[in-house]
Amino acid sequence: MSPLAITACTVTSAIGRGLAATLESLRDARGGLVRCTFETVVLDTWVGEVPGVDATAVPKPLADEYDCRNNRLAWLGLTADGFAEAVERSAARHGRRRVGVFLGTSTSGILETELAYRRRDPESGALPEDFRYRGAHNTFSLAAFARRALRLEGPAVVISSACSSSAKTFASAQRAIAAGVIDAALVGGVDSLCLTTLYGFHSLQLVSRTPCRPFDAAREGISIGEAAAFALIERAPSSLDADAVLLLGCGESSDAYHMSSPPPDGRGARRAMELALEGAELSAAAIDYINFHGTGTASNDAAEARAVAEVLGREIPGSSTKGATGHTLGAAGALEAVICALAVRHGLMPAGINTTQVDPTLPVRYLLKNRSVPLRRVMTNSFGFGGSNCSLILGRAT
Amino acid sequence: MSAPGSLAAFVDGIGVLGPGLSDWPAAARVLRGETPWQCAATVLPPPQCLPAAERRRTGMPVRLALAVGLEATSRAGADPAALPAVFASSGGDGVNCHEICQVLASEERQLSPTRFHNSVHNAAAGYWGIATGATAASNALCAYDASFAAGLLEALVQLRAERTPVLLIAYDTGYPEPLRRTRPIPDAFGAALLLSPAPSRTSLAGVSVAMGDGPADRLADGGLESLRRAIPAARVLPLLGQLASEKPGRVAIEHLDATALVVEVSACR
Repeated sequence: MSPLAITACTVTSAIGRGLAATLESLRDARGGLVRCTFETVVLDTWVGEVPGVDATAVPKPLADEYDCRNNRLAWLGLTADGFAEAVERSAARHGRRRVGVFLGTSTSGILETELAYRRRDPESGALPEDFRYRGAHNTFSLAAFARRALRLEGPAVVISSACSSSAKTFASAQRAIAAGVIDAALVGGVDSLCLTTLYGFHSLQLVSRTPCRPFDAAREGISIGEAAAFALIERAPSSLDADAVLLLGCGESSDAYHMSSPPPDGRGARRAMELALEGAELSAAAIDYINFHGTGTASNDAAEARAVAEVLGREIPGSSTKGATGHTLGAAGALEAVICALAVRHGLMPAGINTTQVDPTLPVRYLLKNRSVPLRRVMTNSFGFGGSNCSLILGRAT
Repeated sequence: MSAPGSLAAFVDGIGVLGPGLSDWPAAARVLRGETPWQCAATVLPPPQCLPAAERRRTGMPVRLALAVGLEATSRAGADPAALPAVFASSGGDGVNCHEICQVLASEERQLSPTRFHNSVHNAAAGYWGIATGATAASNALCAYDASFAAGLLEALVQLRAERTPVLLIAYDTGYPEPLRRTRPIPDAFGAALLLSPAPSRTSLAGVSVAMGDGPADRLADGGLESLRRAIPAARVLPLLGQLASEKPGRVAIEHLDATALVVEVSACR
């Protein structure tokens, strides 16, 4: 594939709003997980909650149609780091119809529906009059909201493939730009805390009672988080800033194995990584760091470790930043792509925090401490329920 | 860089299942006006292609997507295991969502693990992989009422990028009360198109797609037109009508806001 320039990006998660706060947390190896007090949830677990989401006001008249916790988080994200202004400049440059919207979410604004179900009419069972399915609950709500908020007129779609959703937006947008359908794309993802995922992962016994410890010998599951992460990708100009970060490769595959667990040999993950390398026309040796999907469940980390060792070798330095942010589900791919962009730009391999004893049975070189080192190319993995895998490669032009 | 108009493919196989439309040949006869459309509830076959344990766990959207996907591939004589696939649905499994929200509104909040993993928008893509062994990339999209158009666009872009056939499966199922009042989808409708970059002896027609302005085409038959409007995946019907006619022509499919995807259909035979 032709490399694309990431001309702007932003990230908001439990470790900070915006790039500077996120970088500072990463440099300080500071996590954002707290004991879960979300809504009325009674579960012995930790969450990566973004402070201030509930107090965020989506401006009128957008709020009338789209106000929900997920879109409040989206708004927090879009208005950080001058990101909305960067999209506006891109729209002015290319034309509003030439900027596409590709966003990922797994649960969109389903929290609104969960809450509305508590307020059903006792006689008729009807949902309350103020419930709006289209703007709040529907999976597309996120992209419709962002497109309207940024006054874009190009094609728009939500990709919803569970925890690979927002990683896959980079791949779809890259193809659409290559095909000439659009000149630039808003990509990324937003997922927010809700009862469906907290109780759902609990029902699968995949939720950790302690802050999650990816790749630790004593890991016992995930900590759920929330995040908004966005990037603006465009054709790379002929001359690039020294600081420019490019999207170099995307690889996607399906496990065809099981709805909620990967094949133990990690073959689907392996294929996604191989395809990303092929797309980037790079050898495995060209990758300096891997940001693992690394959810912290026993089987996911084991399968991923095996796949990464086979493709990139056992010596590739890597970490999962989910110990810091929690697993932000449909937003995780974009969140970790932006963390990778920060890693490349600032020469930082972030530590996998919370983890203390790396599982000796896993063939990985897992980073327990930050490393400052120039990075040229990094890979990030995202794997979702239904066996949906996506690997991205980001890096410098030279 | 190429013009968007260069998004083109050959249609090698079609699958259809919806109210009063039991498969593609039956739908084609109705769309050609040879037999009248009679509204009858969609009958979803159990997915025999899945192992029994998995089959029991599937909801209606999965059964619908598998049925139309397998119809399209078998009519084309194509091996589904070899195909990347694009799944487009306007909102996922309404029945499953209703059950989850009911449980979460109750005191106990004892969610079934199967209900939870079936709640992901890519459930059909996941079960499709398990059923067929397809390990290529799959995508699971949503664009509300424009979901079919978004899926067609994604499938053609992917076909162009990978130069490989791509299977597009668009499907929606009915919503139960109380959700139905806010999202009045009455029944299930699904359609699958096996799109190929090169013509073959199974090719039925060529299609090329461009983004355009203006309203989507309507159907002359009042019943079919109400079906097109009631179920988002049925926005494909004008295109299926053109394909059923076996004549060249141009149709406009509903896309976002007031825009349309304009599909130019060319004859193959």
